[in-house]
Amino acid sequence: MAQMKYFYELTISSSPHVHSPITTQTLMRDVLIALAPALVGAVCFFGIRALLVTLISAAACVFFEWIWCRLRRIPCRTYDLSAVVTGVLLAFVCPPTVPYWMIILGDLFAIVLVKMLFGGIGKNFVNPALAGRAFMFSWPMAMSTWVKVGWGNQAGILSAADAVTAATPLAAMHQGQLPQASLLDAFVGNVGGCIGETSVLLLLIGFAWLLYRRVITARIPLAYLGTVAVLAFLFPQAGGRLEWMAYQICTGGLMLGAIFMATDYVTSPITKLGQVVYGIGCGVLTILIRYFGGYNEGVSYAILIMNCCVVLLDRIGRPVTFGTSKKEAAKK
Amino acid sequence: MPRILKEVTVMAFSFFGGIHPKENKWYAEDQKILDFPEPDVLVIPMSQHIGAPCKPLVRKGDTVTMGQKIGDNQGLCVPVHASVSGTVKAVEMRAHANGTTMMSVVIENDHLDILCADIKPRTQAEADALTAEELMGVIREAGIVGMGGATFPTHVKLSSGIGKVDTIIVNVSECEPYIVADDRLCQEMPEKVVSGLKIVMKILGLRQAHIAIEDNKPTAAKMLRRVIDPADGITVDVLPARYPQGAEKQLIYAITGREVPSGGLPAAVGCAVFNAATCKAIHDAVYDGMPLIRRVVTVSGDIVMEPKNLLVPIGTSFNALMEAVGHSENPYKVLSGGPMMGITQYDLNVPTTKGTNAITILGRKNKYSVEDPHCIRCGKCVDVCPMKLMPVLMYKASQSGNVDEMKAVHIMDCIECGCCAYTCPASVPLVLGFRAGKQTLREAAAKAKAAANT
Repeated sequence: MAQMKYFYELTISSSPHVHSPITTQTLMRDVLIALAPALVGAVCFFGIRALLVTLISAAACVFFEWIWCRLRRIPCRTYDLSAVVTGVLLAFVCPPTVPYWMIILGDLFAIVLVKMLFGGIGKNFVNPALAGRAFMFSWPMAMSTWVKVGWGNQAGILSAADAVTAATPLAAMHQGQLPQASLLDAFVGNVGGCIGETSVLLLLIGFAWLLYRRVITARIPLAYLGTVAVLAFLFPQAGGRLEWMAYQICTGGLMLGAIFMATDYVTSPITKLGQVVYGIGCGVLTILIRYFGGYNEGVSYAILIMNCCVVLLDRIGRPVTFGTSKKEAAKK
Repeated sequence: MPRILKEVTVMAFSFFGGIHPKENKWYAEDQKILDFPEPDVLVIPMSQHIGAPCKPLVRKGDTVTMGQKIGDNQGLCVPVHASVSGTVKAVEMRAHANGTTMMSVVIENDHLDILCADIKPRTQAEADALTAEELMGVIREAGIVGMGGATFPTHVKLSSGIGKVDTIIVNVSECEPYIVADDRLCQEMPEKVVSGLKIVMKILGLRQAHIAIEDNKPTAAKMLRRVIDPADGITVDVLPARYPQGAEKQLIYAITGREVPSGGLPAAVGCAVFNAATCKAIHDAVYDGMPLIRRVVTVSGDIVMEPKNLLVPIGTSFNALMEAVGHSENPYKVLSGGPMMGITQYDLNVPTTKGTNAITILGRKNKYSVEDPHCIRCGKCVDVCPMKLMPVLMYKASQSGNVDEMKAVHIMDCIECGCCAYTCPASVPLVLGFRAGKQTLREAAAKAKAAANT
């Protein structure tokens, strides 16, 4: 019996031999699912053009990544869905009236210059979608024309020029006034703004999904939102402290930024302490730009600046290795 | 798996990180320990412990009896014994489950089970009369090692612990998926485990001990509690199931809140951890005079037809055990140990040794590989590392091959539990990288030592 020989094709590998079912692809899929409520909301507020811009942007990102890999003759990894996430996020931070050619240019910048030139997924040091948006501000007019929400006034599918424009709540707040939109409208998303940023409610649903699926932890969003809330409460510019604080939280791209942009794995710290400091830094910069900056929105630049500090933050937040704490060393 | 939350001892401490992989214990959980029919040929490696390998004491053609010492050496070493009676067919290099080849004694079984003349049971009074020194001698002569897998000679752990150790922990956490050998042992022979523990307590001169068990083994915890007398000073601590609870440093932290210093032994913080199977072996050695020649092995896996817990003579080949359980498709991987830390086998003629607590046979659906893994910096590895290391940076350092960089990220503190690699969404071969990095560091240290000596 013992002499019997078997000739199976046995695989030799290093442990562990089982793996969690979570992969890069499932994580990105969960992010897309979390973004879906906000997209549905965008279609309700801004019309079908919002959906078209988003789809075109996602498709363009996948195309640019694929063609780059083809030209460089490197393995194509578009199946990991990260390019789709970049495309959707970039569309979400553009106004619904953005020309199609412009968002495609933004996609090109985000995918090729920011992501692929640095080595592809995991190697870029700033968030591709936010960098793409920053690039698109080369056309500031197109990027800061806001349409009035409502079914009667939707941006046309082909030409967006005929829509009635309106100021966003943030523009009023930048002048040191309370916006005309009610707090409820700002919470639900029935206000002017970028495609995916207006509805706090729908973004929070996405946040709950990300937490439930353990895609992200609440550390960065809570540190970010908490800092903005505290600073807005301490230094109100109009209205009551609480009212001003609520408007600061519910307007602009803060919710989208705190939940989906600042938590981008590649460009955020991996240590717990680093994540908290990063969130606080984002919050402080956002308020500084909103209060003192020339442009009324600070979220994207705050996150881009903090992206560049990640290596430093991870050095600060490095955990103390088990068995090397000072107390134990003293005992030894 | 119903949890017995009520019974979970509220521990003051809980180790950092960890994961909860699919337990898959149900495969073999309800299988009683069966005697495995003795195979015709056994291969007994001369090294089944950490330390100096044994020198063979028998030659080709010799007759051996069951329990007869067939190998021994000086220094950090324990003897090995013949697990059956028969004739020595060869003394030669044979494949070992750790992936190397090892000097081994090949015994042809005569199926007569003639017991070695030296083996004499002791009565309770005789056993009680033994001093700590004598008991450690008995344990050494019985060839007892840590049976959880590390196979450190038990008598050395005991003798080096006297005076230093104030807390004894019996490890029944068995956090690896599939493995239920210690669980079954504690369900079926709790009195032997506890009796072995009492001997350990006597040697170390302590009146108290902890038995640490995870909450997914309620029956074992109940059976252990049933045989413990309140006067014994033994507590059964039920811990919430989490991998790697059974890792020595993590277990010590969970029970006592003490951190074993980096590079140190448990004795440095006054702790000694013994496996349940080791305690049972100590009982057998002291009361039955029986050396360690059999152990419980869980033979399980997701493609196994009849998972079993078998009392296997040391030296039985993996082939024979696999034949006893059957499998429904061609095995993809055969592991010595569980799926988190087990070693893949390429030659199924390798023998079961003192440290083999399980043979896990996995099917093709466990395959996972990404040819060109790309870290996405999600930081999940940092969140799960029970040693509070930063696997993502350790991997980068090990790939660079830079010795200083590797030291800076504490790569030598890695316990290779595999939590990071299990969790990694990009399937980066982290543990593989760390092993290579550690090897580079060891070689560099050896080179530096050699240079200092010349």
